[in-house]
Formats: sequence, structure tokens, C-alpha cells
Amino acid sequence: MKIVLKNLTKIFPNRNKKAGGDVVAVDNFDFEIPDGKLVGLLGPSGCGKSTTLNLISGLETPTKGQIFFGEEDVTNIPPENRGVGLVFQSYALYPHLTVFKNIQFPLENLKKDQKLTKEEMASRVKKAASLVQIDELMDRKPGELSGGQQQRVAIARALVKTPKVLLLDEPLSNLDARLRLQTREEIKRIQQETKVTTIFVTHDQDEAMSISDLIVVMKDGAVHQIDEPQKVYDHPVNLFVAKFLGTPPINVFEGEIKNNELFIGNDSVFKLKDTPDRKVYVGIRPEGFILSDSGCLKCNLNRLEVMGRDMSVISTNDACINDSGVIRSIINSDANISLGNKEVRFNLKESKVHIFDKETEDCIDIEVLRNE
Amino acid sequence: MNKLRPVKPWIYLLPAILFLGIFMIYPLIDVFIYSVEEGYNSASQTRFGVGGYNYSYVLRDPYFLQAVKNTFLIVIITVPISTGLALLISLGLSSIKKLQEWFQTIYFLPYVTNTLAVGLVFMILFKKTAYSDGLINMFLSMFGAGPVDFIEGSYAAKMFVMCLYTIWIVMPFKVLILTSALASVPKVYYSAAKVDGTSSFRIFRKITLPMISPMLSYLIITGFIGAFKAYSDEVALFGTDLNAAGMNTIVGYVYDMLYGNNGGYPSFAAAAAIILFAIVLTITVINLMISRKSVVK
Amino acid sequence: MDNELDYELINKKLKRKRLVKNIVVYTLLGLWGIIVLFPFYWMILTSVKSYSTYNSEYVPSFFTLSPTLQNYSDAFTTVNLGSYLLNTLIFTVITTALMLLVITLAAFAFARMNFKGKNILFTLFLALMMIPNELVIITNFTTITNLSLRNTFLGLILPSVTSVFYIYLLKENFEEVPNDLYLAAKIDGTSDLRYLRKVLVPICRPTMVTIIILKVIECWNSYVWPRLITDNEKYYLVSNGIQEIRENGFGRENIPAMMAAVVVISLPLIVLFLIFRKKIMEGVARGGTKG
Repeated sequence: MKIVLKNLTKIFPNRNKKAGGDVVAVDNFDFEIPDGKLVGLLGPSGCGKSTTLNLISGLETPTKGQIFFGEEDVTNIPPENRGVGLVFQSYALYPHLTVFKNIQFPLENLKKDQKLTKEEMASRVKKAASLVQIDELMDRKPGELSGGQQQRVAIARALVKTPKVLLLDEPLSNLDARLRLQTREEIKRIQQETKVTTIFVTHDQDEAMSISDLIVVMKDGAVHQIDEPQKVYDHPVNLFVAKFLGTPPINVFEGEIKNNELFIGNDSVFKLKDTPDRKVYVGIRPEGFILSDSGCLKCNLNRLEVMGRDMSVISTNDACINDSGVIRSIINSDANISLGNKEVRFNLKESKVHIFDKETEDCIDIEVLRNE
Repeated sequence: MNKLRPVKPWIYLLPAILFLGIFMIYPLIDVFIYSVEEGYNSASQTRFGVGGYNYSYVLRDPYFLQAVKNTFLIVIITVPISTGLALLISLGLSSIKKLQEWFQTIYFLPYVTNTLAVGLVFMILFKKTAYSDGLINMFLSMFGAGPVDFIEGSYAAKMFVMCLYTIWIVMPFKVLILTSALASVPKVYYSAAKVDGTSSFRIFRKITLPMISPMLSYLIITGFIGAFKAYSDEVALFGTDLNAAGMNTIVGYVYDMLYGNNGGYPSFAAAAAIILFAIVLTITVINLMISRKSVVK
Repeated sequence: MDNELDYELINKKLKRKRLVKNIVVYTLLGLWGIIVLFPFYWMILTSVKSYSTYNSEYVPSFFTLSPTLQNYSDAFTTVNLGSYLLNTLIFTVITTALMLLVITLAAFAFARMNFKGKNILFTLFLALMMIPNELVIITNFTTITNLSLRNTFLGLILPSVTSVFYIYLLKENFEEVPNDLYLAAKIDGTSDLRYLRKVLVPICRPTMVTIIILKVIECWNSYVWPRLITDNEKYYLVSNGIQEIRENGFGRENIPAMMAAVVVISLPLIVLFLIFRKKIMEGVARGGTKG
């Protein structure tokens, strides 16, 4: 089932009436989620991702715009008639019911011609439970389960009525680091097995990048970019997206395009093909640096961090405006670097360098003229 | 300083221990002694002997039996009605946004009023006098029902006013407790149930009720205990001579035996109080056993 | 597709259902609101009707065009309403103050001090919570009588200056304050009493205020004990006073004047409630859920 959002807008009236000003949680969303994909809604907290999820589930009604499931306009349909499965951030397992009864709960709500017999229900519950591999826990109560197990029960409960769409709100945020890695693989597997269109919300770019077929990067109620994770990483449309994705984060410098040359500080790093002069931000991924004694970008060496296969070179440059104040570049640890040198010089990989207009912060396409 | 150390806590505790000792622990032991001292007279400080006579006297006293009957009727009628009504009102309250605070404030008012004072208002509303049949009878006559003297008339009429007033008095506490119990059920469960298409009734039965069941059973138990101790509401409506009005309660009987026109028999009072305590204890234990089974923790 | 029509129908049904639900809920709540408020309205209304107007209304009227305050002055002059109020005030203030002192000290000892037998003693205290007042009041009555404290404030006050429940409530609250604060104060050479006064009590003020309010309500409305222990009108509290007014009051059955007295008696707590509405409701709910 593909999902289409058309001009979707949600405005919350400000609670403090005197302060005035309504909060636009979701601002004019217009995109399509293809059938059978796993989609991550990614953004910092308060960007409207959860509101978007609630709009899709029907728990909130939009101020403007429409939501389509396939060809059907479901904008005004109450959640129970939409056929969505929702996994809450806190899981919302009923504490007084066993795992089995929790999973069975949605099935008992079915009415009339959809009504199931006890045996049918039991077999569907078992199917859902074995899909998420919790068969042995059926008689326990939620309080007796670990966080990861609760998560699985919640997913089973959402899946048991074979929803057209599965929604997960921050599915990993309540798990510890190790479980998180394991569970995200699990979500991917379940999604691939069921082929149900799945949307999950997260503020963790790692999480979104690793399992999504498609990510939607959001900020302040607006969609910034929708694409496959690698494409978003390789071609960020603006400075925000570039900064939000990637660990360690992208290094940002103040720069300038002058006479068809890109300058960082006083260093000319690229010769460009016919580009108008302007002030820019230059974003360089940590893996975009090449150590070279004759490198074009001069930085002051700070220290080295060796991490086995790779090595981080920590350096500073006056033009750098990273929040951390230092430039972090990742170099193959075979590289020779002597700490005696005060200065370290880099050449840059063209594909790892992104240029953004200083005013709009939007990405600027450039064409680099090869030196060779 | 160091020598003082082990004594110091006891200095802090001394007033509390002293007062509790004199006014709770000693009387608690003493009441059992009283209850078995036969023919004790507080004026002459004499007694005949020790035994179960006081109990058998009390159990045969028609005033006591009337009081037991009245008390049980009040308990059986008011506890279920007030708890059910409070649940209904709390559900209503928690489902609205506008005016919610206003309603809550209004509903709580009876809690802070003097029961004896407001009881008088109920009395004049229901009372039939030479001058006027009273407001309630005016309403009744609109439906063609004859004037009823609720205060000095038939037993059923008096019991009706009694229960009505009791419910009016106990509702604020129950509504307050249930409203806060309902508010403490995490909203996310309702959202989850809604996404699953659960009907409101099923949400109530399968989610709300189990979640508030500890509070509900607490209210039922305290409701029973409170209703068994009914007394001042009765005085408010029917005056201090409850035996004459036929509306005495067990607690009222205890006090009447202790002091007043027929007073001066602390032994009978003690026996009656212990019987009351035994009844309340039994009911509470039964209640706890039932709720242990049905309450989900 | 004909699906769209279907959706519109669902939507309409939903709206209608919500409307019906709202009407039912607000009607129910409004009705109960009237039942709660009506006695208050009636008592105020009656208190401003003149004696002759009231008694000439065979069918009671829902309003009066000639309100009078005569009943209020009657209530203060013909009967000793002023003295009842003053007695209750004295009783309430002293009882509450003494109780605060007693329970604060005890709660502090339980919360912050270590001594032999602490747990046993505290369990014993908790067990006392289950003892109904009716059981101990008989002996207390004799005790006070034997001490010749009938018809004295001391006799009225003494049995109600401790409350195990409030000790428990306060102890729990004291324990929530980090122990580090206590240790820091000790290192600074602060005495226990000073720590209690300057640190613990100010931090736990909300709970103390709750306890004070609950105790004040309890004192203001107490009836049984004062009735047993006072038979001299000079020491009557409001509850006994109103009963006295009802039975021997104005020489004749003067209901408007009686209602004026009822208004005067009810007013202080209602005003207190309206000022501390949130605190009182929270306190009662907490007392209810913890007890």
C-alpha cells in the first residue's frame, strides 16, 4: 500500500494564549511513500516527525491537506478504520494482560464479517509471535519482560491484524546500545518478511541510515530531503541535511568562490568551471581528506586518534566553524604522519566536498577542473 | 553529646509516644476490659464480676438491633450507589475539557462543609411542617404524589433521606479519587486501543477498569468502613435523640450508652464498639480477599 | 470510486456520535452539579428571607425580592454563635499547632535517626492506623472525665494532637530529601533541631501545608468528641453549637436564623477551600491514595 501525503499541514494552537503564535508542527508535506518500503522519518526532536506519524495513523487530524492510502482518501477516517498498526515509543503494552492476550487484543475488536473464532485468533497470534520470535513468552506479563522483548510484543500486536501500514514511533529509543543494533536488524527482517509498508520515526541518523529503504529528513515541520540513505549522504540538498547525517559529522568551513576558484581561508582548494563569485560554506566529510605534503589545505595538527583500521587526524583551521572547534578527518592508519610537524596538509576528494550558498544554505552544484 | 546520642531519638519521639500511649494504646486494652466487666457503673465505680453479660445484653437490646439494621441498610444502599455514581461522574469528568475544573471544584464542596450544618439544610428541604410541606414535597405533588414527612414520618422515608444525604456527603471524596485514578492511566493505552479499533465500552472494561481497579477496591473498602461508622449525618438530620427517631446507628448506640440521657454504661458501650469493630474487620477481610482475586497489580 | 461517499458517511456518523456523547455527558455532570450546589443555594436563600416571609410561604419560593440581614444579626445576638466560632478557632489553632510539633519531631526521628527498635516501633505506629476511633473513645472519655478536664480546652484538644497517618506522610516526605543534605549540615556543625527547622521543614513545606489544611478541616467539623466532653455551652464548638441552636435555639423554630448560622459556620472552610483549592484537593487525594 503506497502512502501519499498531499499539502499535509498540522497547526497546534499555542497553549499559552497570551504568548500567541501557533505552532506549525507539520508544514505542507507533499510526498509519496512507495508500497512495501521501509521508510525512516528522521529529524531532531520537535521537528514534527511524531506528529506526522500520528496524522498517518489517524490519532491526529490534519489542519489542511489530505492523506491517501493507495487511491483511498483516508484523511477523515478514524484510526480504527484505516488498517494501520502502530508501535508506540513506550510500547503501550497493557500491563494487566499476558503477552498472548496483548497480541490478541486487536483481533477481539474485529466486528461482523471480520469476526474470528477463538482458534483462528490463537493461530494468528501464534503466527505473529513466531514472526518476532517470542513464542516462549506468551504467558508472561509485560512487567516480566526485558525492553527488547516488550518491543517485540508491541510489534507482534501491531502486525497481528495484518495492517496495510506499520508505524513505529522511535522504536529503538528505549533500548540499550547493544539491543539497539540487534533490534534494528530485526525490524528490517520483519519488514522484509511481511512486505508491509513501514514508516518509523527516529532522531538517530545511524538508525535511519542503516535500515531504511528511504529516508525523509525533516526539520521544524518541513521536509528537507527524501531519498535513499546513501544518496542523501552523498548529495545533501542543504547544509542542515549535510550536518545532520554522518558520524563523525561533516566538517564545515567558511569559504569563498572567487575567480572560479574555491577558497578555504587563504587556501585555494579547487579550480572550478565558470562559477559566479560568492561566499559559501564548504562541507567536507571526514573521509574526504587525503594526507599529502603538497596538499592544498593547510591545517594545524592537534593530535591523532588511532582506532585500529583507521586513524583520526584532529586539526584546526581558522576557517573551520565546526561546533567542536576541530577538524576530524579519517585517514587509513597505514599513512605516515609525524607528530613533530606542526602543520598538516590535505588534498580533498571532490565527491566528499559539498558547497552551500552562505545565504540560503542550499547546495551549489560545482564542476571541478582537474589539476592533472 | 555522645552520651546523649542513644537517648536523643526517644526525646523526639516522646510526645508522640506519650499521646498515643495514653489516648490510643491504653484505651485499646481498656475497652476490652470494660466490655467484660459486668455491671460496671461509672458513677459509683463498682462492678459485679467478669463475663460476657455485656455482650449478651447489647445483642438483646432492641435499640442496638435497630441500630444494626439501620447501619447495615445504610451500608448496603449507599456504598454501591455512591461508588457507581462516582465512577460514572468521574468518567464523564475525565472525558471533557471545557468546564472540567469548574465541575471538579463544585463537586468537592460538600467535603469541606460541616456535615451537621448542611444536614440542617437537607432537613428543611425534606421536612413537612405545619406551615409548609417543604420543597421536596412540592416537587412530589407536581407528580401527584402525596406529601411525605421524610424527617418524622415512615421508616422508609427517613431511610431514604438518610441514604441520600450520606451519598451526597461521601461523593466528593470518591469522585476526587476516581478522577485522579483515571487521569493516571497513561494516555498511550487509549491511543493504542483506538488504533486497534476498540469500542469505547471495551476500552472501559478491558483497559480502564483493570487499571483503576486497585483504587476502586480501595474506595469500596474505605466506603464500607466509613458507612459502618455512620453517625453525625444521622444527628444532622434527625437530632441527637436517634433512638427515639428509630434512626440510630451502631456508633450512635455506643455514644448514647456512654453519655447522654441514657448514658453512664461504658461497659455496654465497649461491648457494642467491639461488636462493631468485629463486623468491620470481617467485612474488610472479605473485601480484601475478593479484591485480591480480581484486582490486577 | 464510491468509496468516497462511504467515507463521508462515516465522518458524519462520527460527528453525530460525538455530539450525542457530549450532550449526555454535560447533562449528567450539570445535573450532579445542581444537586451539589442546590443545598448551598437554598441555605443562603433561606438565610436572607425574613422570618415572617419564610413562614408564610406554604409553597417555598426560589428567590426573594426583599432580602434581609436581620437573621444574621439574630444569629449573633440571640444565640452564642460568636462564642462557638471563637471556641472553634481556638481549638483548631492550638490543636493544629501542637499536632504539627509532635508529628514533625516524631517523623524526623523515624526518617533521619538510627536507634534500636526503630523498625518495630514504626510498624507498631502503622498498626495503630487501623484502630477505629470508636474503640478508644470510650476510655478517653473516662480518662478526661477522671482528670476533671471536661468542659476545658485541654480536654478537647489533648486526644487529637497526634496522628499516626500524618507522621507517616511526613516521614515519607522527609526521607525524599537527600541524606547528603543532612550529612553536610552535620559537618557544618548544624544541630539536628536547627537542620529540622532551617532545611527539612522549608523543603517539605508543601506536605506540611497539606497536613495543616486537612487538620483544620477535621478540627472545624469535629463533632463527636466535643459533644461527649462538653456540656457547658461556653465550650461548644460550631458543630455542637448548631445542634444546640437546632434543639433549643431561638426560642421558636426560626429556620431563617438557623440557616444564617449555618452559612456563617460553613463560610470559613468554603473560603479556605476556594483559596487553596488545588492544594486541598491534591492533599485529600494523596491522603486517600496513600492511606
